[in-house]
Amino acid sequence: MSLLKARFDAQVEWEAFNNPQKPQILIGRATCGEASGAKDVYQAVLDTISRLPIDADVHITGCLGTCYCEPLVDIIKPGMPRISYHSMIAEKVLPLLSDYLLNDNPRADWALGAWGQTCGDIPNLFDIPMLAQQKRIALRNIGVIDPQNFNHCLARGGYSGLERALGLTPDEVIDEIEKSGLRGRGGAGFPTGHKWRLCRNAKGDSKYIVCNADEGDPGAFMDRALLESDPHAVLEGILIGAYAIGANNGVIYIRAEYPLAIKRLTIAIEQLKNNGLLGEHILDTDFAFDLTIVQGAGAFVCGEGTAMIASIEGKRGTPRPRPPFSTESGLWGKPTNINNVETWACVSAIMAKGAQQFSSLGTGKSKGTKTFSLAGKIKRTGLIEVPMGISLQEIIFGIGGGIPNNKAFKAVQTGGPTGGCIPESKLLLPVDFEALIEAGSYMGSGGMVVLDEDNCMVEIARYFLSFTVAESCGKCIPCRLGTRQLLTILTEITQGNGNVSDFDTLYELGKSIRLSSLCGLGQGAPNPVLTTLAYFREEYESHIKEHRCQAGECRSLVSYTITAERCKGCGICLRQCPVSAIKGEKGHSHVIDSAKCTSCGNCLEVCPPRFGAVCRV
Amino acid sequence: MPATIWRGLSGVDTMNQTVNITIDGKTIKAPAGATVLEAALGAGIYIPNLCYHPDLSASGNCRLCIVQIHGMRGFPTACTTSVVEGMSVNTNGDELTGVRRNNLQLIIANHPLDCLSCFKNQRCELQRVAVFMGVKEGKLRSTVSPQVTDDTNPFFRLKRDYCILCGRCTRTCDEICGVNAIEMLHRGDATHVGVFGDKMLFESNCHSCGECVEHCPVGALAPHEPVVPDVETKTTCCYCATGCSIYLGVSDGKIKTVRGNREGQVNHGQLCVKGRYGISEFVQHPDRLRTPYIRDKEGLQPATWDDALSLVARKLATFSADEVAIVPSARTTNEDVYVAQKLARAVIGTNNVDNCARL
Repeated sequence: MSLLKARFDAQVEWEAFNNPQKPQILIGRATCGEASGAKDVYQAVLDTISRLPIDADVHITGCLGTCYCEPLVDIIKPGMPRISYHSMIAEKVLPLLSDYLLNDNPRADWALGAWGQTCGDIPNLFDIPMLAQQKRIALRNIGVIDPQNFNHCLARGGYSGLERALGLTPDEVIDEIEKSGLRGRGGAGFPTGHKWRLCRNAKGDSKYIVCNADEGDPGAFMDRALLESDPHAVLEGILIGAYAIGANNGVIYIRAEYPLAIKRLTIAIEQLKNNGLLGEHILDTDFAFDLTIVQGAGAFVCGEGTAMIASIEGKRGTPRPRPPFSTESGLWGKPTNINNVETWACVSAIMAKGAQQFSSLGTGKSKGTKTFSLAGKIKRTGLIEVPMGISLQEIIFGIGGGIPNNKAFKAVQTGGPTGGCIPESKLLLPVDFEALIEAGSYMGSGGMVVLDEDNCMVEIARYFLSFTVAESCGKCIPCRLGTRQLLTILTEITQGNGNVSDFDTLYELGKSIRLSSLCGLGQGAPNPVLTTLAYFREEYESHIKEHRCQAGECRSLVSYTITAERCKGCGICLRQCPVSAIKGEKGHSHVIDSAKCTSCGNCLEVCPPRFGAVCRV
Repeated sequence: MPATIWRGLSGVDTMNQTVNITIDGKTIKAPAGATVLEAALGAGIYIPNLCYHPDLSASGNCRLCIVQIHGMRGFPTACTTSVVEGMSVNTNGDELTGVRRNNLQLIIANHPLDCLSCFKNQRCELQRVAVFMGVKEGKLRSTVSPQVTDDTNPFFRLKRDYCILCGRCTRTCDEICGVNAIEMLHRGDATHVGVFGDKMLFESNCHSCGECVEHCPVGALAPHEPVVPDVETKTTCCYCATGCSIYLGVSDGKIKTVRGNREGQVNHGQLCVKGRYGISEFVQHPDRLRTPYIRDKEGLQPATWDDALSLVARKLATFSADEVAIVPSARTTNEDVYVAQKLARAVIGTNNVDNCARL
């Protein structure tokens, strides 16, 4: 079965969708949208068009990446460009639809942007600061298409990469991937083409492809958004990889905490089967491939290749020593090629558009683009894709819009719990695999958590360590007991019980854990400690020597008092105190009972700035 | 498995081929397929290790046998790295020893230090490593937290406080016994050895063979009443006809311990629950027959072997061959059973032979 006719039909549908006879309404319904109320908005849209004299089609789409202003609603009105509206709530649906669709007022005040052009007061969507500097390859379709509509995918060039690959020999496909300079997007950055060749050349009667969708870093959601918004980009990459290495079976290992992604993947796989893209004789060739979804049970360590294979095989998810590498002996002892979700999405783009276009972006050793999830203390949180080599400054202050509430930037944590904290002095660092490692962190899968002056770096290190202590598989000594030891020391420091010798212990132990752990989880686990020690040593010193936490985050080290002269006795803090530690008559200055106070800081938050009576010491 | 067979990573006996490698400047011949640790130990070079055991597959989790190998990144573990012709290994070095020492300190910080009252004192492998590395005291904060002791098994207990999670017991239960009663449960900090559903050993499919106890390097898995015997005598297990070679440990004239003989060709050191924990009870049981008895009109009377055997011979002679069947006791060795069937077939002339060694 060729895709020729299907693609032609799809293009007709896509054309009609974008230049419609009647309004088309799209609601962004990935998990981020759902979490901020897209379901209610969707229902409100359905209710409104049934009540008003509006004849419109309602669709869903994925996540555009602008998570800071979800839920998004897009409207394509006949004769008008597609316009995206941000921060939609159910109450805004009726006025929006009646103003725009019935009265020709496009409500520029609620619009995020118009697609591809300005429209009156509405800016071009692709010129808004969040999107202007992005270059979307892996994320080419997110928020654009209906992820459950196979025709949208086809019309946007889906599976043209596979068609091209099947016209080449497997070795030529691998050549193309090698030429693109693509490196694994899961964190380690191993050259993808080289890995494929190792797997292709490995001896074995059957081979496996595994897609690693076990995204588990706190603050990372790239894979989830991609799978929910454009599953076919990933599936096409997997098919291309399977053809190149000679695999007939594939597994998508995805965490069970991603139910929506699993649902959309399942639908997409069904669509592949119905269109002759899975099973025997794919696109009338001799290439046969089958794909199954395996759900992970929530262990972070199962994102590590050998642990993942153990988990798929039904064993306890622990890493094993390498060699042998998975490319020689992986799933069921057969040569297995594992790549991450984003890598697969890049593969399909490379095959569709050619290696040259991909490798023209990026730096010397890090080609193409990389997706990041911006989270933490940043104005515009969301999912972005930028060319490698862009500076952290441009990402955080350009795309992300800087730090909210006029606070000062302190650090950015990249690479998840096994990454490191990069300080302001390194903000001009170009984002590529080598530069981040040199700074003591690493690329990881692309989580980026921004920290401001209110974050205590010792506490941040302690937080990430508590994650690795819980998520270590427990197999090897340095990871299981080393992270426990580091956490014990850090906890004592945040409680004011550290001592000066802890500097050496943290450093020595951190180095040991990095050098002797069995897998990447343990080897990276000390990074949050080592980088904060290197870049924020003075914070550790003030905790240990002065028993003081500058950021005021370590509760044992801060206390709150009320300055009697400034307190007007308004009673706000008294009412807000969760443990009733504040006493005082209305109109008279209040006092905090330090024996009862838990140093939560609520009183400081709520004391009206014009009084400024509560202070932290 | 006899120590003379090199298991190696491939598990294949490659004794016939050797490779030349250098360890700490000393050139040695090692069997192809052996690991660096096996090669070093075979050549008398000790590399600290805890999770390694010659009976078991390599696991690489204690991270004490880390070495430097020319041309390889970082510190690979000697127990998981196969020897290659021309390989140059360094087992010492400041940074390497420092990392190994830190790993040892981490174990010590997580282990009760009441060695004097521990039954494994002076036979403890953790002590041996600490002595070898000259570590006299713990330098880190104690991370010991009280854990549940499982003493529901009739013969041994699992005292998790002492467990270093080397995984030798779980691999033993899997690879030697094929029972898989115990496994590592949970993860991270909460990892512990346990049985299905985190229940007690008594409620599991554990056969109580005690192989895990034998393979535990520390005092975590221990018999309920640990005894160090005065003398040990090599003999053959009399519980069934398999013929396992054992050492009976005797104190105060009584059998106190049973230990498998690793040189024994039948069992390679392994024992079942009956051999390991059943012998002393049944051998020393007051009800055990210590002499033949002959029944007369007044009941059973103690007799000599000569009288008893003569009586049996006389009576057997009164039957035709196929009226006789010989059923040797389950407590006889394979060789004795062989002789008994010879008696049946060659002397008496019957094929009516059976044996109940199906315990």
